[in-house]
Amino acid sequence: MQVSLGTLIAQGISFFVFIWVTMKLVWPPLVKAMAERRAKIADGLAAAERGKSELEEASTQADSLVRAARDQAAEILEQANRRAANIEAEAKSDGERERERQLTAARAEIEQEISRARDELRGQVAEIAITSAEKILGREIDAGKHRDILDKLAAQI
Amino acid sequence: MASENPSASEYVLHHLTNFSVGEGIWTLHVDTLFFSWLTGIFFVTVLWLGARTATAGIPGKMQNFVEMLVDWVDNSVKETFHGPRDFIGPLALTIFVWVLLWNFLDLIPVDWVPMFAYLVFGFEYTRIVPSADINAPFALSISVLLLIIVYSIKGKGFGGYGKELLTHPFGSHPLLWIPNLLLNVVELLAKPVSLAMRLFGNLYAAELIFVLIALLPAWILFVPGSAWAVFHILVVPLQAFLFMTLTIVYLSLAYEKH
Repeated sequence: MQVSLGTLIAQGISFFVFIWVTMKLVWPPLVKAMAERRAKIADGLAAAERGKSELEEASTQADSLVRAARDQAAEILEQANRRAANIEAEAKSDGERERERQLTAARAEIEQEISRARDELRGQVAEIAITSAEKILGREIDAGKHRDILDKLAAQI
Repeated sequence: MASENPSASEYVLHHLTNFSVGEGIWTLHVDTLFFSWLTGIFFVTVLWLGARTATAGIPGKMQNFVEMLVDWVDNSVKETFHGPRDFIGPLALTIFVWVLLWNFLDLIPVDWVPMFAYLVFGFEYTRIVPSADINAPFALSISVLLLIIVYSIKGKGFGGYGKELLTHPFGSHPLLWIPNLLLNVVELLAKPVSLAMRLFGNLYAAELIFVLIALLPAWILFVPGSAWAVFHILVVPLQAFLFMTLTIVYLSLAYEKH
């Protein structure tokens, strides 16, 4: 244990030299970097928080938009359905009318056709009857004389 | 080596003698200064490498390590010292890392460096642990004493500090000025003495024990040697930490108004 003033003083000076170097070269950049990083992290956290609330807001907005769109779609669908039903009903009644009309027309035509055929048939029957009678009787029947019989016959057909 | 086959006491004494230049009180302990500067330049370089490219972005491994250290020291200072830390921070960091490295030199087997210095450079004596040379711890603690005085004046003003020296702790009666001053001076001087002696005592004792263990036969030497080294690993950072913390406490006591 030798006390040496020279060593003591030189060592003390060295001490201050190293403190000075640390103070100039080491301490400030690191403290500054750490402070900056702290600020950056705080900013980042704040931004994240802000982003989160913005997201929440946006999602509620989106929800309401979707709901509105759904409502609108439902309304449109209902309208379309109503419209389709109307059109269908209209078409049905149109068809019904048309069918009725065509049916009546067809009936009338058939009626006409029938009566025409009947008239024709009547004439022919009369003729057939006369011819048959002629053949049976072997002589001519005077159509004028037996008009009343023939007419009665024809009317029965 | 002093002789080829030294006796035990010669061996121990040899290990406790510094490589000195000069005579009397102005002797320079070259080995203490050399290893102080070696460790000092080493730690300043390492810290500088980490700080050189320090960014606020993602830190590299080096920056991370250095930041951890700086942050820890900064927090230690912040907890105790309530004032600007532009100087106290680097001071605390320097004390901690420097003393830590000094103390770590104690874990190098006691004969390696002296033997190397003797064989390569022909140096008769080499002591590598600055903290086991009383001058190094006292150089630090006396520097701290000067800083205590500087910070007392900075914190309380010249008059305020003078008044405190004269009127505390007994009272402000003029008759009490002398006892107050005496007590304050004793208290002031006790701080660097306790600071330096605590570090020196621990490391000197540890070194002595390592030297004594080195005297044991080679086949058993490593058992107590490694056991003591493991124990000493606890002492190494503890003493560095204590020196730093007590320095901060003393300076904060000096700086704060009562």
